[in-house]
Amino acid sequence: MAAVTADQTAQAGADRPEGADEALEAAFDAAVAADERIEPRDWMPDAYRASLVRQMAQHAHSEIIGMQPEANWISRAPSLRRKAILMAKVQDEAGHGLYLYSAAETLGTGREELLDKLHAGRQRYSSIFNYPTLTWADVGAIGWLVDGAAITNQVPLCRCSYGPYARAMVRICKEESFHQRQGYELLLTLSRGTPAQHEMAQDAVNRWWWPSLMMFGPPDDASAHSAQSMAWKIKRHSNDELRQRFVDICVPQAEALGLTLPDPDLRWNGERGQHDFGAIDWKEFQEVLKGNGPCNEQRLTQRRRAHEEGAWVRDAAAAYAGKHTAAEAHAAPHTAAENGEATA
Amino acid sequence: MTAALALGDDALVLSHRLGEWAGHAPALEEEVALANIALDLLGQARILLSLVGDEDELAYLREERAFRNVQLVEQPNGDFAHTIARQLYFSTYQRLLYEQLASGENAFAGLAAKAVKEVAYHQDHAEHWTLRLGDGTDESHDRMQRAVDALWRFTGELFEPVEGVEVDWQSLHSGWLESVSAVLERATLTLPTGPRSGAWTAGAGRQGIHTEPFGRMIAEMQHLHRSHPGASW
Repeated sequence: MAAVTADQTAQAGADRPEGADEALEAAFDAAVAADERIEPRDWMPDAYRASLVRQMAQHAHSEIIGMQPEANWISRAPSLRRKAILMAKVQDEAGHGLYLYSAAETLGTGREELLDKLHAGRQRYSSIFNYPTLTWADVGAIGWLVDGAAITNQVPLCRCSYGPYARAMVRICKEESFHQRQGYELLLTLSRGTPAQHEMAQDAVNRWWWPSLMMFGPPDDASAHSAQSMAWKIKRHSNDELRQRFVDICVPQAEALGLTLPDPDLRWNGERGQHDFGAIDWKEFQEVLKGNGPCNEQRLTQRRRAHEEGAWVRDAAAAYAGKHTAAEAHAAPHTAAENGEATA
Repeated sequence: MTAALALGDDALVLSHRLGEWAGHAPALEEEVALANIALDLLGQARILLSLVGDEDELAYLREERAFRNVQLVEQPNGDFAHTIARQLYFSTYQRLLYEQLASGENAFAGLAAKAVKEVAYHQDHAEHWTLRLGDGTDESHDRMQRAVDALWRFTGELFEPVEGVEVDWQSLHSGWLESVSAVLERATLTLPTGPRSGAWTAGAGRQGIHTEPFGRMIAEMQHLHRSHPGASW
């Protein structure tokens, strides 16, 4: 609960007392400082709103685009148990997208508008989903590394200053940790399987390790939004801090898997109590962000096509709803309340 | 055994087709709904195939001629109307079938009692979309009519008695026709009048005679499993 409500905002606007904006801003800052949650009807700085819309939209888009690399293996999953797990996971991702678009809508934007921006290339999604899934083991590597990185990023977001986003993250993180364990278990099975399966698992980890480290974003000295997001408590930790935490978590897990991480400079640093690791190829990261990754074109094209080819279906649903709501309202103007009662 | 294989293959194959929609659905809500139906069917398939033998051996190591599913469920997705028409025909059949099995004394009563709740949801989903598409726009009406017409010739096979499935096939058929006719009428669609089955489709799927797209479907489904003989996943 934040200190300043929308009612107070309206009143302040009507009366226009001297220094009203400053007072609202001071109250907002105090609420954030006191770790209170900002809610949809609360006053907030325009830049805070814009920054949240950008981040939440990008997050929602990542869930939706992120369905593609995994859905790529549904029809080829090698056992019925794995097929069921993978289908359930891709279904969860669509659900996460829905939560996040709803959370973004509390800031006065519409899902359609956000999807249009995604399709026009004006809003981003996570760079990781521009990499291809070439073998079945990639499904496991995505679960272990990509979902693992996402969780490391997202657990602090459960305490984000914006209430609807924080609450969406609580639900999403629970399901994500489940997916991550399943991915780990998939890789473990392959690693302990036939030599060909072990090799498949190692190859997948080799290809997904560095792109996963890039998921934490640019280094702190090159991160455009970081300082402001941390001041607003949208972000709680810097990109480099989270990346380091992720590396430290993964090293013993890789060992337990019987797989190696593809970094000759990776070693324990006793003085820091953390792992040192090699340099990330930021040029590759920039290229992927610019649209030049291996699958950027393919991912966006498929998303646009699904949307365009589905337009007649959405139009039909709208036309049907229009006809039937209108017809029923005309035929029986008094039943709406009764229906409401019946379904309550 | 024939019976469990027939019912299990129906669920397995339709689940696979619905899984192909992932990432391609017309709205996010439909991504969730189609995956949900696919998962329910896959769950049913796993139980049914396990009554016969090892579920993965049966799914991944049989050849096309050994599958016992009806031809309706192997039909490619086509557009959304095509997928919905296939689902309407099949879910209506499956709900009536499982209702009868659940109330009788037979090997499938337990499974059917659980599955009938899932299948009622599938039927409800298909009926609502049949109404929206049939009575939506001119374009959606035309597409839905084309879809129900195109798949009509695969519906006769649903009512070819399966050995070991102890239901009243006559009443199953009349119940199905009544239910489907009523939905199509409400959706402002015309009940198709073409043949329900021909020389090649009368019970053909149940005997392992399938349509051409099916072989390609199982080639994709089985490829990885077959590439690693004896491996565990």
